[in-house]
Amino acid sequence: MDGSAPDRREVVIPGDLLNGHGLKPGSGTFNEGGRIYAARIGTVAERDGFVDVIPLSGRYIPRSRDVIIGKITDLGPSHWLVDINSPYPAPLNAKETPWMVEFGDTDRYLHVGDVVIGEIVSVDEAMRVQLSIADRQFGRLTGGQILDISPAKVPRLIGRNGNMVALIREFTNVRMFVGQNGRIWIDGDAEGVYHAAHVIKVIDDSGPAPGLTDQVRAYLEAAYGRRATTPAERDDDGRH
Amino acid sequence: MEDIEHIPKELQLIDKKGIRLDGRRFNELRPIKIEAGVLKKADGSAYLEWGNNKVLAAVYGPREAHPRHLQDPAKALVQCRYNMAPFSVTERKRPGPDRRSVEISKVISEAFASVVFVEQFPRTSVDIYIEVLQADAGTRCAGLTAASVALADAGIPMRDLVSSCASGKIGGVVALDLNKDEDNFGEADCPMAIVPRTGEIVLLQMDGHLTAHEFDQAMELSINAAKQIYELQRDALRRRYAAVAEAAEQEALREPPPQEAPRETPPDMPEDLPPEVDDL
Repeated sequence: MDGSAPDRREVVIPGDLLNGHGLKPGSGTFNEGGRIYAARIGTVAERDGFVDVIPLSGRYIPRSRDVIIGKITDLGPSHWLVDINSPYPAPLNAKETPWMVEFGDTDRYLHVGDVVIGEIVSVDEAMRVQLSIADRQFGRLTGGQILDISPAKVPRLIGRNGNMVALIREFTNVRMFVGQNGRIWIDGDAEGVYHAAHVIKVIDDSGPAPGLTDQVRAYLEAAYGRRATTPAERDDDGRH
Repeated sequence: MEDIEHIPKELQLIDKKGIRLDGRRFNELRPIKIEAGVLKKADGSAYLEWGNNKVLAAVYGPREAHPRHLQDPAKALVQCRYNMAPFSVTERKRPGPDRRSVEISKVISEAFASVVFVEQFPRTSVDIYIEVLQADAGTRCAGLTAASVALADAGIPMRDLVSSCASGKIGGVVALDLNKDEDNFGEADCPMAIVPRTGEIVLLQMDGHLTAHEFDQAMELSINAAKQIYELQRDALRRRYAAVAEAAEQEALREPPPQEAPRETPPDMPEDLPPEVDDL
């Protein structure tokens, strides 16, 4: 449990003592009697003087600045209610849109069932969420399809510096957006979408073992019969 | 084991050599098998066999608490439903909650509420469902043990797993983990649950009578057994997450599925981000 085994990501179970030598308890951990323990199933990571447990399962819990994909579930006179795949409902105020929405005119802009990309502006202690789609890169999604994966797998799907999504885009030519809440929007030709969806499913089913990028690269190279332009790395997070 | 003579011969729950009806000694558990992550639709799940007990546990959450008035603005609710299948016992059990299962649901949910970090998820509920498929005494301990694995599998932050075991008194002897016959014809049964890392007791009940000394003996037996069970729970979780890693590897290394002739792809796809915004 010393966390120094480089090629094997150690899986910890709630209650496991972590080697928090001179480190502070980060997310997914807790402090008891001066020792740091894991609070949930995950893999151990050290960053900026904190010990974290990166979860392997669990629901999406909103955090501010997260970019998410939401579905409109209800409208009010000056807001929409958005399902962000979390235990908390997220209201989207009419002011937080690029449009000048008159009071009572919300149904002219977004309807129940519409899908939006937005940003979580704030989450307070009572977990009240504020959404925004006002920024240029946000808004309503049209076309394509939505896939759901476990929110715990989103960092793996994105990869270090986004190299996993870059790899998928390079081969399949799909337009793809990964929301932090485990919703993915993809659009493209049938073959590209087919392969992208397959790769996303593989990542969703994957465990904590390293080398996922190489597996995905091997699959895509076999499927398309050509080599990736980016050279293969030893590991998908730069360690080896 | 000297005061067992008063028991009728045909009802000797533990014989002169200290062997019980099913061949165990006073301090032996029934065989236990745990598997984590058996249900796809639940956030976390576990299946457990404990002697002739068969129990399935599923966990959902944290999710929005319903009805709304139950929501606690400061913390999550931990709700549990313990249910016995009509076919779990020899005489068909009338389905639905009864006084016994409501009580068991309550004590189990309170046991878990003390280990889950409820303050991290205000206004939500964590729902635990325990289904007893086959019962042979000790089902609340079995259900609690399975539910604990299911909670961890669901990624719910908690201080530790909860491990549980019962001890009782049969034929005048304090013994571990009573089965149905021992429970029915024995003198006492005392289920308990602990947080193994700290030794805290989160559930303790007793049916029948034990002297203070016997109670201490029973607790010692149960605590030692709970620590063994703790290792089985941890092992089940480790197996589950190792298995996930292996399955994914095989999946990805498989040959790509056959495809029809690739269609023409447009030579230059537009920049993929930002996605199209429908201006109105």
